[in-house]
Amino acid sequence: MRTSRTLAVVLCAVALTATAACGKDGTPGAAASASDAPKLPTYTVKTDAKVDSPIIAEARKRGQLIIGAKADQPNLGWEDVASGDRSGFDIEIAKMVAADLGFTPQQIKWQTLVSSQREPAIDKGQIDFYVGTYSINDERKKTVSFAGPYYIAGQDLLVKQDNTSITGPESVNGKNVCTATGSTSIKNIQQYSPKITQFDTYSACVEKLLSGEVDAVTTDDAILKGYASKYAGKLKVVGKPFTKENYGVGLKKDDAVLRNAISDALKAHEDNGDWKKAYDATLAASGSAAPDVPALDRY
Amino acid sequence: MGFLFEDDNFALFRDGFLQTIEVSALSALLALLLGTLLAAFRVSPVPVLRAFGTGWVTLFRNTPLTLLFFAVTFGLPPLGVHFSHLVFAVLALGGYTASFVCEVIRSGINTVPLGQAEAARSLGMTFGQTLTMVVLPQAARTVLAPMSSVFIALPRNSAIAGAFSVGELYSAQQTFSERGYSIFAIFFWVACAYLLISATVATFFRFLESRLAVAR
Amino acid sequence: MSLFNRPATASVLYDTPGPKARARYRLFGVLSLIGVAGLLGYVFTALADNGQFDADLWDAFQYNTVQQRIVDGLLATLEAFGLAALFSLTLGALLAAGQLSDHKPVRWACTAFTQFFRAMPLLILIVGLYYAFFAQQPMWALVLGLTLYNGAVQAEIIRSGVNAVPRGQGEAAYGLGMRKTQVMMSILVPQAVRSMLPTMIGQLVVTLKDTSLGFVITYHELLFVGKAIASQPINAAGFPYIPVVLVIGPLYIAMCLLLTALARWIEARGRRGANRRTSAAA
Repeated sequence: MRTSRTLAVVLCAVALTATAACGKDGTPGAAASASDAPKLPTYTVKTDAKVDSPIIAEARKRGQLIIGAKADQPNLGWEDVASGDRSGFDIEIAKMVAADLGFTPQQIKWQTLVSSQREPAIDKGQIDFYVGTYSINDERKKTVSFAGPYYIAGQDLLVKQDNTSITGPESVNGKNVCTATGSTSIKNIQQYSPKITQFDTYSACVEKLLSGEVDAVTTDDAILKGYASKYAGKLKVVGKPFTKENYGVGLKKDDAVLRNAISDALKAHEDNGDWKKAYDATLAASGSAAPDVPALDRY
Repeated sequence: MGFLFEDDNFALFRDGFLQTIEVSALSALLALLLGTLLAAFRVSPVPVLRAFGTGWVTLFRNTPLTLLFFAVTFGLPPLGVHFSHLVFAVLALGGYTASFVCEVIRSGINTVPLGQAEAARSLGMTFGQTLTMVVLPQAARTVLAPMSSVFIALPRNSAIAGAFSVGELYSAQQTFSERGYSIFAIFFWVACAYLLISATVATFFRFLESRLAVAR
Repeated sequence: MSLFNRPATASVLYDTPGPKARARYRLFGVLSLIGVAGLLGYVFTALADNGQFDADLWDAFQYNTVQQRIVDGLLATLEAFGLAALFSLTLGALLAAGQLSDHKPVRWACTAFTQFFRAMPLLILIVGLYYAFFAQQPMWALVLGLTLYNGAVQAEIIRSGVNAVPRGQGEAAYGLGMRKTQVMMSILVPQAVRSMLPTMIGQLVVTLKDTSLGFVITYHELLFVGKAIASQPINAAGFPYIPVVLVIGPLYIAMCLLLTALARWIEARGRRGANRRTSAAA
């Protein structure tokens, strides 16, 4: 008994040191990014930015801007698990805004939050603002404020490549449909009365779709196209968006100064072409050309 | 506090409550059956079965329940096992609790003095008679107290199922906080529901204890 | 110890087997070995057929940065566990003292507190604390939640331990003219802790496992890291959920077994000490 336990401990220790010793540098899947891909724009940091908001004052004092984002959405909000590098359209938007608020990309501290954690995190100040497929709607405006929209998506369905029975929201009646807890997608799909499966992330849903547990995953097409491009040949997007989702930057309710500053930053980068460049370098890889820039809604 | 009686909130809360009870009851059943089987393995004269029982208990007792939920919900479908999420939750929770039930039963059997069984056998009792008339009645009394804490813990642990697509009380709590109600009010009602469940289980076990109690 | 020497295989359930029974046991042994091996073999081949052992799916674990993240997650888990263990034992001792108090209001309040937090699901407690007070420091929501829940459980363990000390011990101490505090501190509690130590450390194992609930509130502990790795569709092979479970699970099991081994060691030491004292007294 005693010897077997000691042996187990020794084996564990050996296994741990062995894995630590033979680590590879670099990141998994890094080779996949082609060299002729469009280059990401760089943003000039406005060092003299004056934003009279308590949140920014606090961020300046700590020398870090804490931005909430998603981590598992290809080409939108993505964190490379090996290097910790973030990439995607939402990430670029966050960087543009941060630059205009006077923060370099190195000064951004990313905080991964799943959909259902967004409102409390913004409301309680865990993050300074949130950029991650965050649809603007009236119910959310009760707890948080939005700057934007900076992109317009539509809710769609992701199915297996060989699925011909699901052609749009009308055909999901009684089917198993997966979506994320706390997302707008749940409420939108509910009226078509499918059986709903909920997880905290969309990647869990996609896993369930791949293993055949659910028939479809529903959320915004921008997110789904990212997964479809990752699993080309296995999954496809139905391609009939049935809602309009305005993506905004979520921030503390009634901080008008910060909201205007973020709106100004979005406007400036949309006008100088950074928005388009960022899109081409990120979301375009999911397979659709850049749409028109949506008009800002300053309320 | 009053938010519970607005809109369809009460229906959601009630469904969550019933779902919690359903998951807990099914898991309790599975845990009891599987736990008894594992305990039988662990006290059996066959070394392979003993090793299997020990392995199961070591594995399941020392793994976080959340990780077990992950393993079951995402590990079984690739193996060709497809169930509803309720069943997955019952499998994870039942398998986890079974390892505790097994240990309780095993230690209960071990507390019965060896002389009792020997006396029974020397009176000519068969294995079945020894087990049902001498060993188990004595083991049951010592087992009851630890067993009650295992089964009071079970409905509490079932909250984790809420994070794995089972619409029980925890997911009702999540939905309410998304709807923007005060966290304290939500917490109050959810706490009441769980207190009710655990009080019921505790009363049940106290009743059993009083039924089985003997003057010593 | 019994007066009679029994064979090591003696059990309350069955007699020492004779030649016929031994043959039957061997048959059962072979059959169950085949059964268990078949089950394991089926799981293994099913996983392999499903491509779960493809190198692609395990690729992430080869990188230094990923390994570093797992180690960081491990440390975060241990940090939360260390704090929660310390605080919950302290709180448990205080609550147990309160429950055994002679003052009715104190006793009543401590009992109510203990019973309430013993009945609350930890997940709901942690999430409630996180949303209500600790959105900026998820670790403290986790630590405080673990402390409240496990403190209540530890209090019950200590209290039942004190109550289980033979009544004569306390009566004798009072008879010697000791005050209540003295009786508690030098007679009852030391005996209670010795007899309850395995249960208390067993509860610490539960505390360690429950730190994994931190993933719900964005605390970057081991399971959070594992989930982050698992939700990366690195390639067309799918999400590495099973590899992550196969890597993270053994880490947790190893930690818990180490803690249990520590409990056994302390218990053995305590018993040795006790024996020495009794033999010296005799």
